[in-house]
Amino acid sequence: MTAQLKILSVFIGVSLFIYIIEMVRRRKLREEYAWVWLLTGLLIVVLSIWYDLLLYMSNLLGGIYPSALLFFFGLLFLLFISLHQSIKISKLTDDLKKLAQELALQRYEKK
Amino acid sequence: MHDFVIIIPAYNEAGRLRHTIRGIQAVADAPIVVVNDGSLDGTAQEARDTGATVLDLPFNLGYGAALQTGYRYALKEGYVRAVQMDADGQHDPVSIPILLKDVQTGTVDVVIGSRFLGESDYRPPLIRKIGMVLFRNIASFLTGQKITDPTSGFQALNLRAMQFYASDAYPVDFPDADVLIMLHRSGMRFKEVPVRMHQSPKKISMHSGIVPLYYLFKMVLSIFVTLLREKYPQEEA
Repeated sequence: MTAQLKILSVFIGVSLFIYIIEMVRRRKLREEYAWVWLLTGLLIVVLSIWYDLLLYMSNLLGGIYPSALLFFFGLLFLLFISLHQSIKISKLTDDLKKLAQELALQRYEKK
Repeated sequence: MHDFVIIIPAYNEAGRLRHTIRGIQAVADAPIVVVNDGSLDGTAQEARDTGATVLDLPFNLGYGAALQTGYRYALKEGYVRAVQMDADGQHDPVSIPILLKDVQTGTVDVVIGSRFLGESDYRPPLIRKIGMVLFRNIASFLTGQKITDPTSGFQALNLRAMQFYASDAYPVDFPDADVLIMLHRSGMRFKEVPVRMHQSPKKISMHSGIVPLYYLFKMVLSIFVTLLREKYPQEEA
């Protein structure tokens, strides 16, 4: 890993981390969702600084390119987070349906 | 008090709804509740003018969820039987007593009006037809009884079935053959009776464009997971 790339990825990881904390502080992101993103930021920083860990892991998986391993982790993470969000959206859709139905019934009762 | 209520989900049905409701009122002496599913036209006013009860959903939830709103209302008001009909006038109200008969005597929990058992001038579009044939065969196989028209929205229900339709277990997203399989698996009985149906005057049906493909997929998935679930689920409050 080149020094430039190392600096860039540490910078990205740290910025992400700070941004997430700031969003939680301003109550724009719920703590419930923040932990996954904080973990991502942390992981980016750790893997950029501690290159040996990445090397060790790629050897463990049969000597694949460390960069390929990074992409693999990235994809896996995106998969996980979008599934997590689909589940949340399903629940929200269900809640919204109930709320709308309840509103229709209550409005009728009031008349 | 009347012992049954007629539930009509309606989305943008102004111009047809009045005729549909007048037709029902001419043959059946029962309260009518129209669930206005976030219509953008004069559906709600038109329904109110006929004297029907109108429930206004704040935005469009789709057919199944609108229907379910009607059942939640019916249970709240203490009705023990209900008939559900489409707003576009394709269901002939003269069939209402035929539908109600077996629900009233208690031999079955749900009676479904089938457009294929009797005389009918209904001609579904091709992809719709494929879906219908496929799912009526699957549903017939899984429930062990012949089903000709699982898509029919012309149904009569007793209290037990109404409670199921009002529950969270009811699949509000295109209720169809999967509902019949769910009914069967929770130990409820249903039967079909022949009814007359007219071709819907609407140009664009609820199933058009990309929707039929999604409908096929949803139904296969819904039936599959239904089979994976417990057979006699505990009633949820």
